[in-house]
Amino acid sequence: MAEWLTDNGLLLGLALLDGLAYAALVFMVAVGLNMVFGVLRIVNVAHGSLFAIGAYTAASVGIFFASLGLPAWASYVALLLAAALVGGILGPLIERLILRRIYGQEEVLQLLVTFALFMILEDVQKLIWGVQPIMQDTPMKFLGTVEVPFGEDTIPFTAYQLFVLPGVAVATLAGLAWFLRRTLTGRVIVAVTTDKEAAMAMGIDAAKVTLLTFTFGAALAALGGALASPTTSLVPGIGAQTIVLSFAVVATAGLGQIEGAAISALMIGLGRSIAVYLAPEFEVVVPYIIMVAVLLVRPQGLFGVLETRRV
Amino acid sequence: MSATDRALAAPPRTMRLPEALLAVLGAAALVLVAFLAPWLKFVLTVALAKGIAVLGILLLLRAGQVSFGHSMFLAVGAYTVAFLAPAVPEALLLLPLGALLAGILGLVIGLFVVRYRDIFFGMLNLALSMVLYSLLEKLYALTKGTDGIRVSGLTFAGITPDRETQEWVMFGLALVLAIGFGLLVRAYLASPMGRALAGIKTRETRLEFMGVSARRVLLFAYVMSAVMGGVGGTLVAMTTRHVTPQLAYWTSSGELVFIAILGGAGSALGPFLGATAFELVRVYAAAAVADAWQMILGGVLLAVILFAPGGLWGMLTSRLKGRGA
Amino acid sequence: MSAAVHGGPQDRGANRPRQATPLLSARGLRLAFGGVKAADGIDLDVMPGEFLAIIGPNGAGKTTFINMSTGYLKPQDGTITYDGQPIIGLSPRAIVRRGIGRSFQLPQLFTEHTVLENAALAIAAHAGIWSPFTPLLRRGYHDQAMALLDRFGLGPVAQSRADALNEGARKLADIAMAVALQPRLVLMDEPTSGVAAAEKMGIVETLVRVLRDTGVTAVFVEHDMDVVARFADRVAVWSQGRIAALGPPQQVLNDPAVLRDVIGIEASPPSGAGH
Repeated sequence: MAEWLTDNGLLLGLALLDGLAYAALVFMVAVGLNMVFGVLRIVNVAHGSLFAIGAYTAASVGIFFASLGLPAWASYVALLLAAALVGGILGPLIERLILRRIYGQEEVLQLLVTFALFMILEDVQKLIWGVQPIMQDTPMKFLGTVEVPFGEDTIPFTAYQLFVLPGVAVATLAGLAWFLRRTLTGRVIVAVTTDKEAAMAMGIDAAKVTLLTFTFGAALAALGGALASPTTSLVPGIGAQTIVLSFAVVATAGLGQIEGAAISALMIGLGRSIAVYLAPEFEVVVPYIIMVAVLLVRPQGLFGVLETRRV
Repeated sequence: MSATDRALAAPPRTMRLPEALLAVLGAAALVLVAFLAPWLKFVLTVALAKGIAVLGILLLLRAGQVSFGHSMFLAVGAYTVAFLAPAVPEALLLLPLGALLAGILGLVIGLFVVRYRDIFFGMLNLALSMVLYSLLEKLYALTKGTDGIRVSGLTFAGITPDRETQEWVMFGLALVLAIGFGLLVRAYLASPMGRALAGIKTRETRLEFMGVSARRVLLFAYVMSAVMGGVGGTLVAMTTRHVTPQLAYWTSSGELVFIAILGGAGSALGPFLGATAFELVRVYAAAAVADAWQMILGGVLLAVILFAPGGLWGMLTSRLKGRGA
Repeated sequence: MSAAVHGGPQDRGANRPRQATPLLSARGLRLAFGGVKAADGIDLDVMPGEFLAIIGPNGAGKTTFINMSTGYLKPQDGTITYDGQPIIGLSPRAIVRRGIGRSFQLPQLFTEHTVLENAALAIAAHAGIWSPFTPLLRRGYHDQAMALLDRFGLGPVAQSRADALNEGARKLADIAMAVALQPRLVLMDEPTSGVAAAEKMGIVETLVRVLRDTGVTAVFVEHDMDVVARFADRVAVWSQGRIAALGPPQQVLNDPAVLRDVIGIEASPPSGAGH
């Protein structure tokens, strides 16, 4: 047993650290998806594409900054700039031009409209950035690695994944909680989420709230992508991968749950990384197994509220 | 009645005759095209195969449910052929086998997913299809991963036809099955169970208060749709002679739903109309702009939903109705 | 009879055999939602063949009683027997199959189906819905459904989509679907609410005629005292989860305490009462 631990303990430790960083990224995407669903009542299949485009844009801006001879810390500006650009441009564009036309329509059609958007954005992404892998890891290299103490040993891990990713995720969670509970705009969003008709009857401008929420959700997805970009090489298909994973996180947590999304992101992130070390063939399956298992026991998700039908 | 209501509503009774007529005309047109443009035979066969799978999607749409994971049943049918063809090369045996296995999987998964509705129904199907996808991709020793499996030589009723004949046999088989399942679905949708299925969409509680289990009604439709997915999958595998995990990926399921809406959910003809249009656009768009065919398809889908919510079938019938009025 | 009643035992069942056993019998039903007592010791017997009206202010627990009797809600305490058998804990489906039908305050019709299909589906549900490939509107079901709709005066709208009907026709169709299941007891939740005043009496007359013809026992929640006075054999007055009064309409509807506390009328009793 002791031998097994010395052999595998470090791997497990690495899995935990990996899982934490991974959960942070997944949370960023899932929480945006969840907020958008809360207000628009639309599950945005193209949400993953915003993640992907955010990632590619961050890499491009980072490479561009480097070509200008800007210092390495500027690559962090590139990450933020990319998120703001993608969220600020694509968000309003998609909401105003397309989603606005399908509010209140059948779910099937809403899903398919965002599926169409997904198809379009996938090709837009391929047309702009091609299909060759792109790698821009300046932000990660800039901070170097840290020796994380683990028992008697230490595990080398990048400071970026150890501090920046979880840090941003926690800040997002705390910031969102504060924003939604303490600011007027936040409370309006909550009001619209809870009861759209009542909120509109109170004179809330629903059009403005949906625009704001969608833009914000898009920016969160793009920020997630931007943050992910230094840790992996970018290839076509990351958007499709990301969206199904965030579906799993959101469904596990329960629709509309923000803190819940953080916890289920952790469960799924850690579960996946542990699987990477224990049974790599099943790595990709783990998030869905977790989701199915949770929904079997709690059909409304871990933290979801059961909606009762009125007779 | 909103535009989208119309998209998913049952067809008015007066359309029955044109529907039968159009089915005959459509089948004749397909045969004609296959004769005149032999290179399209392959595309049309795949379209018919997918159309059968989309018929299954249509059943669930009638209940107001959308499965974003239904291509898993298509993949089960396809991999059944790929795995078993070396041992059992007989197509006429593989076909019911693929359907049976898909049906069994549909029953097992169905027992679980029919307890859920709307987004959760869609997402659970998606998650389960992703489990199958991941297994197909990762269990390399068994499935050769993303490389996929080449389907070995097939026999038809014991005969090994030459390539040209086999293409015709596959085309004919797909057409016959398409017509058969089309008729079956039409009969089912008009039956008490089919009409109860449509009731799930508008008033599920009433079903319960009539003493009818809505879950059982939905389960029957789900298994039926899984079987049709399996049949579509076996046909796809026999036609393309190559299967990959991509068949089970969620985007493939999205395509099936896409085709259902493109064709229009108002008629059992819609799926075939949609599948033919989809495959033709895909082939020609891919030839014209290799990197942007998906974008073109996405644009078509957006345009259909925003401007022609009844799908191609809806456009066709409103044209006919306009003339009749 | 253990119900808290205003009148004496001789009041009950004026036009029924005295020794008949109740069709539905509730004892000590209790159910609270948070602090609100929707049922606070309900004892009630529904006798075969009678028309029992339930009246009382909103929130008194009238619909809760129907929901408990049809398996939609489970009481925290108490028993309900139907035809001598306990039914608490059975699913709504199982209860329907035993012969208790219900209609809804908000009619529960298949909105995208025609009225005829709605009725035919209910008939099929009773006869056995599990035939996947023969048409719903094959001759038998079609004719039975038309006959049913004709009895409710809905023949002319048989081919209309259910969501195109006016409220009165919707209510009737809703009840027709319950009757199609050939129940022995029908529980109707506000069969005339939302119906135009002019239509109201016509609807109730149709209802009573059909139900009497089929010998169905009926319990209905009603706010219109004229309707109650004309059609109920007995009236149960609900108040804060309890039965405050129970008896023939001429007695209950003339009880000053009921008038004041429950119905909220200070003036004279409704015009129909007393005859």
